[in-house]
Amino acid sequence: MVATCEQVWREISNYLDGEVSPDLRAAMEEHFRGCQRCSAVLEGSRNVIGLYGEERMFEPPLGFSQRLHRRLEENMPRRRGTAFGWMVAAAAAVLVAGSFQVGNSNSFIPPALRSEHARPATGVPADLMVVVSDDGKAFHVAGCRFIHDKARLRTIPASQALREGYSPCSRCMKKYLSASLDTIDDDSEDVASVAGTTAK
Amino acid sequence: MPGELISLENSTDRLSEEMLIRRIRDGEPELFYELIRPYERRVYSTAFALLRNEADAEDVAQEAVLKAFKHIRQFRAEARFSTWLIQITVNEARMRRRKEHAAIMQPMADLQDEDGNYTPRDFADWREIPSETLERSEVREKLAEALASLGQKYREVFVLRDIHHLSIEETAKTLGVSTASVKTRLLRARLMLRDLLAPGLGGSWSSKLSFAKGTKPW
Repeated sequence: MVATCEQVWREISNYLDGEVSPDLRAAMEEHFRGCQRCSAVLEGSRNVIGLYGEERMFEPPLGFSQRLHRRLEENMPRRRGTAFGWMVAAAAAVLVAGSFQVGNSNSFIPPALRSEHARPATGVPADLMVVVSDDGKAFHVAGCRFIHDKARLRTIPASQALREGYSPCSRCMKKYLSASLDTIDDDSEDVASVAGTTAK
Repeated sequence: MPGELISLENSTDRLSEEMLIRRIRDGEPELFYELIRPYERRVYSTAFALLRNEADAEDVAQEAVLKAFKHIRQFRAEARFSTWLIQITVNEARMRRRKEHAAIMQPMADLQDEDGNYTPRDFADWREIPSETLERSEVREKLAEALASLGQKYREVFVLRDIHHLSIEETAKTLGVSTASVKTRLLRARLMLRDLLAPGLGGSWSSKLSFAKGTKPW
């Protein structure tokens, strides 16, 4: 097999990447030995690739990392408050969410949650049909694996489940948990500033 | 992969990376700083190589990292986190370029026929540009200038493959083009860069004096 200059130029990049067949590789090596121009192209390309591949080629400007971290910091969900402060904020949020989103009764009084460990809900659509069991504490999507007593299930609207003190299942209803990381996914106000609004 | 120390190291890195990502998703967003640290430079250099402007590059790098943070739930573990991150950066840079495109003329190379054969310029020989010369900012500047003069599609491929050492497959996936396209563009990019940089080698790259006299390397 004999390689011409044109063939060599067409394959030189693949040659450097080890992407040519053994036959072609041998033919190209043979060609480089006899052709000064093509070996200059090879050496030049190899040199160029080596230079651009060096770490120091594109140094970030001074302070880049700090500025980046500051920017991230501004976008971190607020979780560094005290546990108590957080609970107050979350409770305020559920009040707000409750009065707007589960608003089919004007005299809505937030119920005592069935579980003291439950995280309150935000934004559950009032008419979403959910599943509860009488001695359970959470409401679920039908078929959720975390339903405790599958024998005595009731299917009711979310608004009613909330009124009865059920809280969202931490798995199937995860997106409606107020204190979850999901809050960073949208641009809505964070819980702290919602709490600020209700204080007025 | 037998006997590959590097891939072994990578798989350990990947394991702890997976763990970090899981913990970030499960409510420890602060760990994102740790996740991103090894890649900060890479995000910046991708943005810079594509935009060739420090301010734009920093801006785009920040946007890309922020986007990765906000959408960490959408990251699928079958890809490498670094590849995903670079993909976001490329998209951000593309968007930025599109915004400013109205004012900028399309570089010549973008108008060239990708499949047409490219004839490398004939220089008697190649004089090695030693990597130590990268210590000099004017050398880095010349290299950046040469890269910037390539058309966008050539530059993107070159940046991912030869600056960030992604595989041909990863490069193709990141850019949404075929591997054949990657190979063709890569060939063109490498040869064009070599042609752009070669004339500077007639002594001007290796001696500071000729730069001081204001001689253009080409």
